[in-house]
Amino acid sequence: MAAITPVRRASWATTNLVVIALALIPVLWLVSLSFKTPAAVLDPSFLPAQWTWGNYHGILTSAQFLRPLVNSIGIGLISTFIAVVLASMAAYAIARLRFPGKSVLIGTALLIAMFPLIALVTPLFTIERALGLFNTWPGLIIPYVTFGLPLGIYTLSAFFREIPWELEKAAKVDGATPFQAFTRVIAPLAAPGMVTTGILVFLACWNDFLLAISFTSTIASRTAPAAMQYFSGGSVFTVPTGPIAAAAVVITIPIIIFVLFFQRRIVAGLTSGAVKG
Amino acid sequence: MAPIVLDHITKRFPDGSLAVNDFNLDIADGEFVILVGPSGCGKSTTLNMIAGLEDITSGELRIGGQVVNNKTPKDRDIAMVFQSYALYPHMTVRENMGFALKLAKTPQATINEKVAEAARILDLTQFLDRKPANLSGGQRQRVAMGRAIVRDPAAFLMDEPLSNLDAKLRVQTRTEVSRLQRRLGTTMVYVTHDQTEALTLGDRVAVMRTGVLQQAATPKELYERPVNLFVAGFIGSPAMNFLSGTLEDGMLRTSLGDFRLSDRLRREVDRSGTGREVIVGLRPENFEDAALVSPDNRPHGITFRASIDVLESLGSDVFVYFERELGRGVSSAELEELAADAGRGGSDAVGPRGETIVARLDAATKITEGHDAELWVDGRPMHIFDPATGRNLSLAARDDSASTGGSAPSAAGSAPAQAVESDSGAGEAVARDASSSDEAG
Repeated sequence: MAAITPVRRASWATTNLVVIALALIPVLWLVSLSFKTPAAVLDPSFLPAQWTWGNYHGILTSAQFLRPLVNSIGIGLISTFIAVVLASMAAYAIARLRFPGKSVLIGTALLIAMFPLIALVTPLFTIERALGLFNTWPGLIIPYVTFGLPLGIYTLSAFFREIPWELEKAAKVDGATPFQAFTRVIAPLAAPGMVTTGILVFLACWNDFLLAISFTSTIASRTAPAAMQYFSGGSVFTVPTGPIAAAAVVITIPIIIFVLFFQRRIVAGLTSGAVKG
Repeated sequence: MAPIVLDHITKRFPDGSLAVNDFNLDIADGEFVILVGPSGCGKSTTLNMIAGLEDITSGELRIGGQVVNNKTPKDRDIAMVFQSYALYPHMTVRENMGFALKLAKTPQATINEKVAEAARILDLTQFLDRKPANLSGGQRQRVAMGRAIVRDPAAFLMDEPLSNLDAKLRVQTRTEVSRLQRRLGTTMVYVTHDQTEALTLGDRVAVMRTGVLQQAATPKELYERPVNLFVAGFIGSPAMNFLSGTLEDGMLRTSLGDFRLSDRLRREVDRSGTGREVIVGLRPENFEDAALVSPDNRPHGITFRASIDVLESLGSDVFVYFERELGRGVSSAELEELAADAGRGGSDAVGPRGETIVARLDAATKITEGHDAELWVDGRPMHIFDPATGRNLSLAARDDSASTGGSAPSAAGSAPAQAVESDSGAGEAVARDASSSDEAG
């Protein structure tokens, strides 16, 4: 490796700073907006002249935001759980077994992942109306699981492939049924992969706007991103910029907590020591 | 504790390749059997079939008298040690060793007791609460063994359990494995590609090549009476030397000189319908510095001159290497495979000009590197192979004279050295047949 010269170090530092700035300035702008009074929203200064909790107070006392927030969390967690369980089983089969139709399954998963979502909204809307799923939690959970699965299967099968096959053989010889081998040996080792997959699927559900706005009509099942669309300003002529900014900050917080909490888990390689060092 | 019977076992993979072909072996209760062969010979597949990790295409596998072809590994009551140890990384040593018992719903108190006992035997007590990642290679290997022991199974299966250890630890652990097997008296099937490991450990060694069992016999018998070229070349270190030979007028002409064949041997070769071209096999220890051979022994072999390329002194012995014309006809699929396999060890590389011959001489020899020397080779233990089929033609000729088969398992000592002794011990008997081979070169 070449030595790290001061020039090299400086150029790296500059690049990193630029990237971080590009990513964070809009977020900081959003945070700043959320603390501005409605009158000061159009004020171009970066820091609010007058700090206020009013926007937060407003949205967190309104059922128009609180109920959708609960919906978002509930639908997100349930979808993630189902998607991870199903995806890990499917990924395990893909990584380990040879069965007829395996390539078809992989192809279908890829197809779903690549299909433009907007093209599916209208048919799905009709189907959900016919089945009575429109504006219900399952009405969102089912499509979220469907579209989360391909992602989950791809990430997880990569993880499963890295687990030495001999561990599974050892479990079988130790008297485990295939299901026990999976739940007691393989799944715990693939836990980092499952957490990663879970985070990715949860993020996708949490951030979804298109399906949420299409398949819901009331706050009974509307999720937070969709609910923000229906915020109203102080008068019909006022854009509710402040409350929207505050809501955006609020829905960002769980994600930050999520990633910080599981970061170690994702990074830690649990398989070390399984086989010859 | 159970005998294992492999009855016409065949394994064909879905892509049509034949991994194991018509494998027959009776493993007695408490016997220690080694499956040995170069990589890709089907030995691991055979072991996996016994374990139930691979389906058996045809044939019957019986463990303890019961046909287990369609039983899952869980119902076969066998324990296995894997090459990579396959310890569960998320469990402590204690949990690893107790996992099988836990799955079998053994009471926790019994599990603790058995794990503690196994840990004591294997000297692992102080590591019971560690995770495998925090153990050394040797300790991990012992945990893998411990996981097998606590089960108290009908049979142990071991898939190259020592190949991930360094050389010194391997020798040490080899002794431990041997002692453990004797102590537990459990049937053990052990797979390795290392012929030294095979010869030192096994009651019986089964040599495999391209999915076919070549010979299953005691280490001593394999060494002294290999049934074909492959076994002859595979067993022994350094490997047996092969030369082309031509049968003419009751003489065997080789690039070393002409051997006179016994009547019996000649009849045997004639009867086999081989042409006049044969392959001659001579072990390194069949050679000796001509100056050190007693006059009584001299007539049993031939003397020749050779230019010594390399001389390696090991203190107890001296190995000398010299080149001989390859001659015509020493080409056989089996020899090529052996050469390819030996390429890893590289002890006897086949040069482009000719064959390097290795001779093991007494340490008292005065021969020096780079000079010509007079060497003697004993004609009595010579093997003659059919180049077409690889079959050992000289076996039948020895049968009634030196029937050394079925020797005690204890012959599994340090094989090559010991076998030399027994070779000369059986020499008198062999001599009756081959004694007419005389100095003619």
